[in-house]
Formats: sequence, structure tokens, C-alpha cells
Amino acid sequence: MGAVVGTLTMQTKQRRPSRDKTEDELEMTTVCHRPEGLDQLEAQTNFTKQELQILYRGFKNECPSGVVNEETFKHIYAQFFPHGDASTYAHYLFNAFDTTNNGSIKFKDFVMGLSTLLRGTLREKLEWTFHLYDINRDGYINREEMTEIVRAIYDMMGKYTYPAIKGDVPQQHVDAFFQKMDKNKDGVVTLEEFVVACQEDETMMRSMQLFENVM
Amino acid sequence: MAAGVATWLPFARAAAVGWLPLAKKTMPKPPVDNSSRSDEILYVNVSGVRFQTWKNTLDRYPDTLLGSSEKEFFFNEETQEYFFDRDPEMFRHILNFYRTGKLHYPRYECIQAFDEELAFYGIVPEIIGDCCMEEYRDRKKENQERLAEDSEANEGTDAPLPPDSTSRERLWRAFENPHTSTMALVFYYVTGFFIAVSVIANVVETVPCRPPKGSVKDLPCGEKYQLAFFCMDTACVLIFTFEYLMRLFAAPSRCKFMRSVMSVIDVVAIMPYYIGLVMPENEDVSGAFVTLRVFRVFRIFKFSRHSQGLRILGYTLKSCASELGFLLFSLTMAIIIFATVMFYAEKGTKGSTFTSIPASFWYTIVTMTTLGYGDMVPNTIAGKIFGSICSLSGVLVIALPVPVIVSNFSRIYHQNQRADKMRAQQKVRLARIRMAKKGTTNAFLQYKEDRGLGLLRESDSSGFLRKRRKHSDRDSDSTALCVKNRSAFEHQHHHLLHCLEKTTNHEFTDEGTYSELCMTDSVGFRTSRSTSLSSQQGAQNNSTGCCPRRARRRAAIRLANSTVSVSRGSVQELDTLHLKTTSIPAQTRSSLNAQGVNLKLNCGEQDFSAAIISIPTPPANTPDESLPPSPVPIPGILRNTRATTFTHETVKISSL
Repeated sequence: MGAVVGTLTMQTKQRRPSRDKTEDELEMTTVCHRPEGLDQLEAQTNFTKQELQILYRGFKNECPSGVVNEETFKHIYAQFFPHGDASTYAHYLFNAFDTTNNGSIKFKDFVMGLSTLLRGTLREKLEWTFHLYDINRDGYINREEMTEIVRAIYDMMGKYTYPAIKGDVPQQHVDAFFQKMDKNKDGVVTLEEFVVACQEDETMMRSMQLFENVM
Repeated sequence: MAAGVATWLPFARAAAVGWLPLAKKTMPKPPVDNSSRSDEILYVNVSGVRFQTWKNTLDRYPDTLLGSSEKEFFFNEETQEYFFDRDPEMFRHILNFYRTGKLHYPRYECIQAFDEELAFYGIVPEIIGDCCMEEYRDRKKENQERLAEDSEANEGTDAPLPPDSTSRERLWRAFENPHTSTMALVFYYVTGFFIAVSVIANVVETVPCRPPKGSVKDLPCGEKYQLAFFCMDTACVLIFTFEYLMRLFAAPSRCKFMRSVMSVIDVVAIMPYYIGLVMPENEDVSGAFVTLRVFRVFRIFKFSRHSQGLRILGYTLKSCASELGFLLFSLTMAIIIFATVMFYAEKGTKGSTFTSIPASFWYTIVTMTTLGYGDMVPNTIAGKIFGSICSLSGVLVIALPVPVIVSNFSRIYHQNQRADKMRAQQKVRLARIRMAKKGTTNAFLQYKEDRGLGLLRESDSSGFLRKRRKHSDRDSDSTALCVKNRSAFEHQHHHLLHCLEKTTNHEFTDEGTYSELCMTDSVGFRTSRSTSLSSQQGAQNNSTGCCPRRARRRAAIRLANSTVSVSRGSVQELDTLHLKTTSIPAQTRSSLNAQGVNLKLNCGEQDFSAAIISIPTPPANTPDESLPPSPVPIPGILRNTRATTFTHETVKISSL
């Protein structure tokens, strides 16, 4: 008797994985994330209700399912930079926005990132930039990471530039950057070093001011 | 860039903050964005159906009507909405384009209506989404082809020749469209007859006739009546040669004509005869000459000029060239495969008819097309098996491309049918237009009668109009067309025609009135005409001298006649006009001899009206200029130029 029940349960157990597979497939096709309420988002970000509404309408129009995956993100970003190859930089940018690290940007991530960049304090902006450069999220920017980022940025320029990119311009750029940022010359840049160096940089501070009114 | 990307632009710009630490130079100043960030709902009223949308949605495509400031022209201040007097069903699709970024083409809509809507809203059709693009392109191409066909049909056959065409052009026209003149039709039928005669003679030549006296063997008729057949052949070839040379002369582009299929067929059909004439009666060469006679059968292809169906067939085969090629290729492959197999299967048997692979080709073809003559039959079991596979596959291979060819033929045939139907409909349409024009003329004349206006009424000495009214009862169909309750438009139109009459000091009238007036005026008119008719000036002086008022009236009538009778506006009327004037010579000569009143004489002399018309205006004007260009729909006034071309004919007559 027990054996019969045992075999019966075993059979149902065996059947379940296939059912799970179909359920998974169903889930993937109809996944639809909804953001938290408008009030909560307003509390968490520095945007007004109207601005959030406008942002969400645009976002929902583009991504009816409520999430942006990396492919779509790369495609969108590539449209802004048709001359060169924006896919590498878009990848890093995607990771910077995807704070939850689950491979997709939801509206909340999108709006939080925008809020930091446009309405955040100087410190918050610099922290965000640091996280963008710190690819492996270990809290330090080393030469390799920096070189990656700079190369990705130069890739976006494309082939036809004036003056033409000759030699290893990205490398030189990275060297100059490390010269400026790495105070204790240990080969890595920490968050504090980064923030201090940026605040000392006049050019950068002026540029930051200009970006206040983007949105 | 797609509009949706615009949504992400602020995000991309914000992300530019990430470049700042790396930048060596200061960033440029961002553009000032004065537009209010808040969004508003716009109301768009399209023929009563109210659509609402965000302003941002419409702003996505700034180079369209709705996205630019052009929509302000349609803004209704009272209702605070944009009003468009267009189709709301179509507008739905247009608005969806703004919302989703993809333009869809609704399959049930007419392609032209859709195109017009797109043009109105300033949207280029190229952005139709991939889902609907194919359908859109197919239907657009079909529509364009149809329009091209129709315009070709319009210009082709029924359009009258321009009067200044050379004889060469006229000849070419007669060849291409035999229905235009009787001569051409006669020639067309004659050549057809001779083609038939030639082909039949070729066929009958080979039939065995009773042998002549003193011989047992049956002779073919060609050898028995050699002279008769030779004469017939000569006659046919002469006709064909003549026709070919005439066509060559008349062709607008001789090189193109010589390269065309029909001309090649013509040449091939008549060449053997000439080669036969040239070649000597040599025993060796005559063998080759006999082979050449085979080409005479190509004369039968000359029938394709006479038969529409044959042309369609030829055209179908040409357009199905790729399918035919495929059929041929696949058949060849199958034949080679099966022939090889059969040969090797039957190789062992004694006395086998499958002597070689090429010999087996014949068996394969006969089997695959299910002919089965039975002259070659497999004897081995393997041979029989492969033979049956061969016959089964043959049916399949041949059946595959045939439906494609059939559907092509059906499509082309229906296109032709449609062209014929269009031509028939065109005639009905023209008749309707003519009726409508007649209706407007009659309406105007009725209007004048009712108002008691017009020179005609004033100068009616012979109680003519009383008679005229009797005639008008008969004219029931035209009065039926008259609109009794005149609309504001008609009032204004009639006023315009009246203004024109006042300007030219002539009147509109109709054919009946004109011909009757002719009758009453014939005598007096003729006497004033008999002197110095060689110049228009002379005619003018005479008429002005004797009876200026009457002359003007007559001129009015004549103008009116040429106006009205030609206002029917088609080739037919022109032809009748032409015939009227050409029929005059016989009558006028007899009338001069008879010294009687000849009604037709004056009615035919419309050409003189051109001369007389110049009276009211300074004599320096040419007849053409004396008539002010009018926007009136009655085109007859322009026809006077044609009337003047007949001047020289009637001048000659009268001077007799």
C-alpha cells in the first residue's frame, strides 16, 4: 500500500518539473512590473507628481511591460550615438542604473537614477559617477576599469573624428586621470579620493552647474 | 530617429554627468528649454468624433501637421479644440501612429483615400510598419498599373488626331488602330484575308490530287497546278511586302519597329519567296530551298495583329518565362535520371529497344507525359518497376508549374476584359456628360426666355419664336434636364453667361433655333456674299454695309450654332460638322444652277461667322481674339478656330 502511494507521489513529483517549465514560460511572456504608488515614488525621489506622471507615461509607452532589459537599453542608447559603437558604454550605464542587479531596469530604478543625476546633491552625483566607473563594485577604481570605461567612451566617437585618434589616446587619457585623482599613488582610486579630487577641479564644478537644468 | 527615443533623451543627457570627471574642458551650455514641462490634453474634433490626446504625443513628430504649428490653422476658438473636416475612421489610424510610433495600413480602405489622408496630415508613407508595408505596396502598384492602363486606353484609341499631323503619323495611326478610318479597316481585313489565303494555299499544296493523264502515281496539288499556286503565292507576298514597307515608312521610330517581334515575323514570312526567286534552279540547292518553304508557315503568326486572344497568349507565355524555364529544367533532370536508370535496367535483355541512353530519352518522355506509344517497352522486372515510378512522377512534375501559368493567363485575360469594359463605360460616361452639358445650355436658354431677354427676342420679325416653341415641346428630354428650381449657383452661373453675351454682343442659342434662322435668312445672305468673297475683309464690308444689324444677328446665330452644336464636345460632333461642310460642294453647285433658295448653303458657311464676328471689335483683331476667353463650360467658342480652317473650301465654292 505504502509502495503504491510512494510510486504515485513519485509520479506526481516527476510531472511537476514539466508543469513548472510551462508556468515559467507563461510568466516570462506576461511579466509586467508595476511601480509602487505615485506618492511613494514622490517621497523617494526629488520629482514632483506631474514630472513623475510625464516620465512614467513616456516610459510605459516605450516599454509596455514595465521593464527595460539590456538589449533594449543598448539599442536605445545606440540611437543617440549613431557614429560609433555605444554598446560597451551602454552596458556599463545599464549596470549603473540597475541597482538591484537583476538584469532589468524597472521604472523605479529609472526614476531614482534620474533623480540623483538631476536633482541630487553634489556628493550624490559624484557617488553615482564613482559607482559607474567601479565596474566590479569593489569600492576601488583601478587602472583596468578606468581604461575600459575610457575606451568605451572613445568607441562612441566612432572612426571619423577630428583630430584623428592616433596612438593610444585612451591610455593617455587614463594616465592623466590617475595623475589627477590618485593622491596616494597606490594605483587605485577610492571614493574619498575621487570626491576630493573632483571638488578641487574647477572645470568640473562649472560643468556640474550647467547640468542643473537638463530636466 | 524614432519618436520614442525622444522619451529617453533626458535620461541620456542626465547620464552625461558620468563623463564629467574625465572631461578636460568645460561642458558647453545646454539649450534653454522654455516649454512648460507640464503636459496638457488636446482635443481634436474630426467630423464630430472627438479625440483627446496629450500634447506630448503629438509633439513627437514635429514635421507633420499635427506636430507642428500648422494645426493652429484648424483651431476653433469657441470650442477650444482642433477641428478637421476629414474622415474620422482614417484619423484613428493616424493618431495611433503618434501613439505607438507605427503606422498601419487598414486593409479594407481604398489605397488612394489612405494616401490622400497621409498627404493631408503630412506623413510620409515610407514609415508604414513592416507588418502592413507589403500589402500597402502591392495595392499601390496595382492601383498605379490600373491608372496607367486607363489613361493609355483613353489616349490610345478614341482621341482625335491633332489637325496638324503629318500624313506619316496618320498612316501609322491607321495601321495601329484600324477602327479610326474606313480605309484602314478595309486594309486590315484585306491583309487578314490574304494571310488566310496564303496559309490555306500552303496547306492545300501538299494534298494529293488526282494524277494527270498518263501517270499512275498520285501527285500533290502543288506540283499539278504549279503555276496557279505560284501566282497566288506571288500575290500574297506582294501584299505582305507592300504592307511591310508602308509600316516601315510610317513608323515613328524605324529602328524600334525593325526590332519588334511582329516585323521580324513579317520579314521571315516573305523572305523564303524572295530567296527562291534569287536562287538558281540548281538540284543541290533546291533541297535547301524546300526547307526554307517551311518558314512560310510563320505567316500564320501574322494573325496575332488581328486577334486579341493570340496576343494575350503570347504575352502570358512571355511573363511566365521563369515558370516555363523551371518546368523545362525539372523535366530535363527527371528525363536524364530515368533514362539512365531504364537503360541500365534493360541492358541485359536480348533484342531490347533501349539501345542507348539517348534512345531511352524517348521512352522517358513518352512515359512521363503519359502518352505511352508502346514502341519501347521494358521487359525486365526492374525495368517495369522503374517504368511505373517514371510515369507516376511524370504527372507530378508537369502538374506543378501549370497552375502558376494558368493564374498568370487568367490575370492578364481579366485585365484585358477590364480594359474593354472601361472603354464601354467611357462611352456611357461621355454620353452622360454630353447630356449634362446640353442640360446646362438649355437651362440657360430657358432662363433667358423666361426673363424675356436677348437680341433674338427683340429682333424677331418673322414670328419665328412662336414656331420655335412648338419645336421645344418635342424636345422633352432636354427640358426634363432643366432644373426648374434654380439654385443660387445656377443663378450666378447664368448671370456669368449673360455677362459674356453682353461682352461679345452675341448670344447663345441652340441648334434648332439656328437652323431655322438659317432658313429665313438664306436669300439676303447669299446676295451679300456673292461679291468679293476672296477676302474676309470684303465679306465684312459687305455685311456691314447692307444690313449691320441683321449681319450681327446672323453672326450671333452662326456663332451660337458653332458654339452649341459643337458643345456636345466629342469627336462625333466634330465629324458631323466636318461632313456638313464637305457635303456643301454638291449642293451649292446645284443650288447656284437652280437659282433657288438653298437652306443648307448658309448653314454650312459657318466659317464666315469667324469673319463677321470681328465686326463689333476693331478690325485689326483676328477672329480668334475677338472672342474673349471665357470660363464658360461650353467649349464651343474655342472651336471657331477650327471653323476658320474650312474657309478656303467654301470660298472656292462660292466663287464658282
